[in-house]
Amino acid sequence: MAAPEQAGDLRLDSVSKRFGDFVAVDDLRLVVPQGSFFALLGPSGCGKTTTLRMVAGLEEPTAGRIHLGDLDITDRKPYQRPVNTVFQSYALFPHLDVHENVAFGLRRRGVRDVREQVGQALDLVQLGHLARRKPAQLSGGQQQRIALARAIVNRPRVLLLDEPLGALDLKLRRQMQIELKRIQTEVGITFVHVTHDQEEAMTMADTVAVMNAGRIEQLGSPADLYEAPRTTFVANFLGQSNLVAARRYESGSAGLVVADCYGQKVAVHADRCVGGDEILVGIRPEKVHLLPASHPTSPGDNVLTGGVVVDASFTGVSTQYLVRLPWSQELTVFVQNLGAGGRFAPGDQVTLAWDPAHTFGLAGDAAAGVESDVVTAGS
Amino acid sequence: MSIAAVAHTGSGPEPGQEPPAATPGRRSSLPYWLLLPGLLWLFVFFAIPIFTLLGTSTQTPVPGGDVGAFEQTFRFANYPEAVREYTEQFVRSFVYAGLATLFALLISYPLAYLIAFRAGRWRNILLVLVVAPFFTSFILRTIAWRQILSEEGFVVSSLKFLHVIPQDMNVTASAVAVVAGITYNFLPFMTLPLYASLERIDPRLIEAGGDLYGSSFAVLRKVTFPLSMPGVVAGTLLTFIPAAGDYVNAALLGTPRTQMIGNVVESRFFRIVDYPTAAVLSFVLMAAILVLVTLYIRRAGTEELV
Repeated sequence: MAAPEQAGDLRLDSVSKRFGDFVAVDDLRLVVPQGSFFALLGPSGCGKTTTLRMVAGLEEPTAGRIHLGDLDITDRKPYQRPVNTVFQSYALFPHLDVHENVAFGLRRRGVRDVREQVGQALDLVQLGHLARRKPAQLSGGQQQRIALARAIVNRPRVLLLDEPLGALDLKLRRQMQIELKRIQTEVGITFVHVTHDQEEAMTMADTVAVMNAGRIEQLGSPADLYEAPRTTFVANFLGQSNLVAARRYESGSAGLVVADCYGQKVAVHADRCVGGDEILVGIRPEKVHLLPASHPTSPGDNVLTGGVVVDASFTGVSTQYLVRLPWSQELTVFVQNLGAGGRFAPGDQVTLAWDPAHTFGLAGDAAAGVESDVVTAGS
Repeated sequence: MSIAAVAHTGSGPEPGQEPPAATPGRRSSLPYWLLLPGLLWLFVFFAIPIFTLLGTSTQTPVPGGDVGAFEQTFRFANYPEAVREYTEQFVRSFVYAGLATLFALLISYPLAYLIAFRAGRWRNILLVLVVAPFFTSFILRTIAWRQILSEEGFVVSSLKFLHVIPQDMNVTASAVAVVAGITYNFLPFMTLPLYASLERIDPRLIEAGGDLYGSSFAVLRKVTFPLSMPGVVAGTLLTFIPAAGDYVNAALLGTPRTQMIGNVVESRFFRIVDYPTAAVLSFVLMAAILVLVTLYIRRAGTEELV
């Protein structure tokens, strides 16, 4: 990370966790800057929750150290760490009312003005009027906020959120995303948010770490990850990508790599391209322009000709096309519904064109990180 | 249990009282037919004997009649007379039963906790071991305790060797032996409900307690124990009620000076053939237990718990 390390950064040094033969977290090195909203994003079983639990002290690392600023917290018990967790299922104490749930941490630490602090925390989540209710009498969204208030009231150095919105319906989830972000900005505590929902991670986090198989695939701002994925897993897990197998043709002038895609030349910026001869050329579906086959193309653009539209689905905001290319791979193209220009119908001959600056060149398995419900190239 | 919670419980519905049943309307009468065998059983083997017992309790011997011949004279003075005569045994019954319940709770809670949270794949084996004593007869087990606590036995000689108990102490035929026997015999009745309620606790609640700065002991006191209250209430009732009426332990492990009310009832019925007094004592015992249990449930306030 470019920024200088601050006193309260959360640092994981070569942390590993093995359960028997299974490696859940593999030599993880990670710095979470103080005060940031950090998301650990990945599919289930990628080790993100295990990482979170190790920071909370609920799991012990097999190897490596965890530091919070100058403090080595690796061997501390959960209750000795200035870290609090918002659990996936909220884990509110069913025998205590809302006020006592929120007061739990304060009372354990022997804080004096419990009533006042609990009141403030409940106001922060806008549920002050429910202080005397039992958790069972609250809706899912309300329970979620109480769980948040119960953790935040302790002013931890780091707040861990384990899929906090997983149990909420879509509308409520959107609302809570905005609210979580507001609260984080307001209290300035470091949030480490674990989620498998890429949209959730992208809308809220300053920095996203994409995890796969116990390792971090890529770390960066949501825009960085989306615009310049460095692995096929990231390209497919974060949004959709068209990945076309290509062969390096020449490392041309002006920092451009030219690749040969089944006989057609495509350019990639050298700093967005891996080394080696076998490349997967990637482009996001919304970056591609769809042109009638006869239409002239701009000289600088990457062009793939010989496409045939096989499916067009109109979604309102955009139309999603599936275009079959001569080597029978199907690519996805999103065309925004600007009202200008005609739409294409299945069977139309089309040309695909895009700016080389949006292209990325990757190595590896084209299907990595593809979620089963997402239609992508080559499916 | 906080004062607020108790106050709330006090104003709540009567414990044990059923909430008003939903009006069945013209629904099927099947549920009532299904209740019938149970009700019939209760009527024949509980309601009728209770009234017979109540009737017997106010009888007096037939003047000049045979041993065991009684007539109904509605002599309610039987009650104060019997209670006055056997107050000592009543008190002893409740003290012994209370102590045995307390010891059973102290022994069972860590055991049930271990089985519920720490036993892993040993869980089922441990549960079978808890129930295993039931495979032998109650009487045999109690007699076995006589051997265990005897002067030459391993336990007593070890304790004496370690100077835990005085050298001249006799453990058999004492209050200690009776309470130990009751504790032992009713232990599974305490362990199983405790296990059932501990096992139902979401382990994430315990994790959350630790995460919120609760030490292991604080989490036990503030989270685990309150959530296991239904099991504590069920276990203590299942132990205390039969223990208060027990006579086998006092008969086999005690002396005439450690007699419990069950022993008096037994001897009145079968040896002295004084049915009215035995009936009075049985009835008073039942009533006393009912009152104690009601007060206890009110205080413990189980309906407050989820």
